[in-house]
Amino acid sequence: MKKYAYFPGCSLEKMAQSYHHSSIETMRKLDVELEELEDWNCCGATAYFHVDELLAYTLCARNLAQAEKQKLDVVAPCSGCYKNMFSTRAHLQHEPALADHINYALEADNLKFTGSSAVRHLIEVFVQDIGLDAVKAKVTQPLKGLRVAPYYGCQILRPRKADEDVEQAHYFEDLMAAIGATPVDFELKLRCCGGALIITNRKAALSLVRNLLDNAAKVGSQVIATACPLCQVNLECYQKLVNQEFGTNFNMPVLYFTQLIGLAFGLPPKQLGIGTELVSAESVVCLARSKPS
Amino acid sequence: MADKPTFREEIAGVLHASTGNPLDVCMQCGTCSATCPVASGGFMDNSPRRIIAMINAGLKERVLKSNTYWYCASCYHCTVRCPRGIDIAELMYGLKRYTVWHAKTQEGMIGPVFSETFVKMIVRTGRSYEPVLATSYLFTLGVPEMIQEAQTATSLMLKGRLPLLPARIKRLDNFKKVLKRIIPLGDPDE
Repeated sequence: MKKYAYFPGCSLEKMAQSYHHSSIETMRKLDVELEELEDWNCCGATAYFHVDELLAYTLCARNLAQAEKQKLDVVAPCSGCYKNMFSTRAHLQHEPALADHINYALEADNLKFTGSSAVRHLIEVFVQDIGLDAVKAKVTQPLKGLRVAPYYGCQILRPRKADEDVEQAHYFEDLMAAIGATPVDFELKLRCCGGALIITNRKAALSLVRNLLDNAAKVGSQVIATACPLCQVNLECYQKLVNQEFGTNFNMPVLYFTQLIGLAFGLPPKQLGIGTELVSAESVVCLARSKPS
Repeated sequence: MADKPTFREEIAGVLHASTGNPLDVCMQCGTCSATCPVASGGFMDNSPRRIIAMINAGLKERVLKSNTYWYCASCYHCTVRCPRGIDIAELMYGLKRYTVWHAKTQEGMIGPVFSETFVKMIVRTGRSYEPVLATSYLFTLGVPEMIQEAQTATSLMLKGRLPLLPARIKRLDNFKKVLKRIIPLGDPDE
């Protein structure tokens, strides 16, 4: 059985608990255990890097060191947490003197960072570590006819990690096709949802969200699939405000990709946290249930 | 005694940890500004391209008055497209830090207040808690926006998506000791 140190991050504790439940349940179906990272702390979000880099690296290093103690690679479902932990690990491996200084601080919590635990985003675990064939093998209710807009957002792909072509990603589409759904040609799939600007510069963020919803609706999407809690909240919970602000009439369900996979695996919607949306996902559930294989 | 560093040198200094190329390789092509969803939406008073030109020209006061970097959403699209390999998103972080350290943030800007509230909250508990964060911006909103915000929060609460109690990590004492070894923080609880 494959095992990872699971870093839920602050959002998945409450706001995005449906992402948490659907991650655990779908991974269990695939014989992967997500062992929660012991006493994890906040990754620092974007705010810490606005104020102090060293403090931000230290927060992430504590989590990485804890994963090393559990002798596991760490997996994050949130793109923001993933990016922070991935970049911190890369940076500290590149700058041993900085790593030494941070290790002096981590001593106070009996921890040490060496870089031995890799950092994975949950969607990479599905696509690369487990593989599409294994995912396909567990599908009992293929989501035939469901038009899904696969929304990558930003921080899964950017900043670039190696020489990968960050503008031509296709794995999200492949994953949706593996569960029987029809990925639409979502032109804005790599564009930003506005992130934390929804708080600090709402007008700008709402206009970015509107562009995304507009594009997804125009290509006939029935649901947007996301891999990040901040994207989900901006696209879904602020959809009503977009409609008020721009006189639009969007009614687009926004689900986590794990919830769609869970439906295709035949898991009960409630176990996947479906039912806690502000934009009802009933249409998606009906479609998933009407097509037993 | 060394001369006072120029603004350009100061900014090069805050980018020391970044792996991008220095700003003086910028050829002003504007790919960053065309790529930036916030700049192309007309929300930034100076585009990223202009900010780089202004730094290279030493226009410190105008850069510090600009809203550009506080309106950056950290999507890194400019960074991956820059043909000169400048890490522009990282530059925006650097400028945010510069203004926070110099206490030069503009009036009415929510970004810096939000970030500082966030940092203080994590130092106290180790984890994030939305209701505390809300205090950093709620009172800057107008009445209609505040009502909208309350409506969104109520809908989320009814669906069980807002926490009622703040989360705390278990080894909080150790955690604070770790952070104190990095920055000599006063004990926030004292």
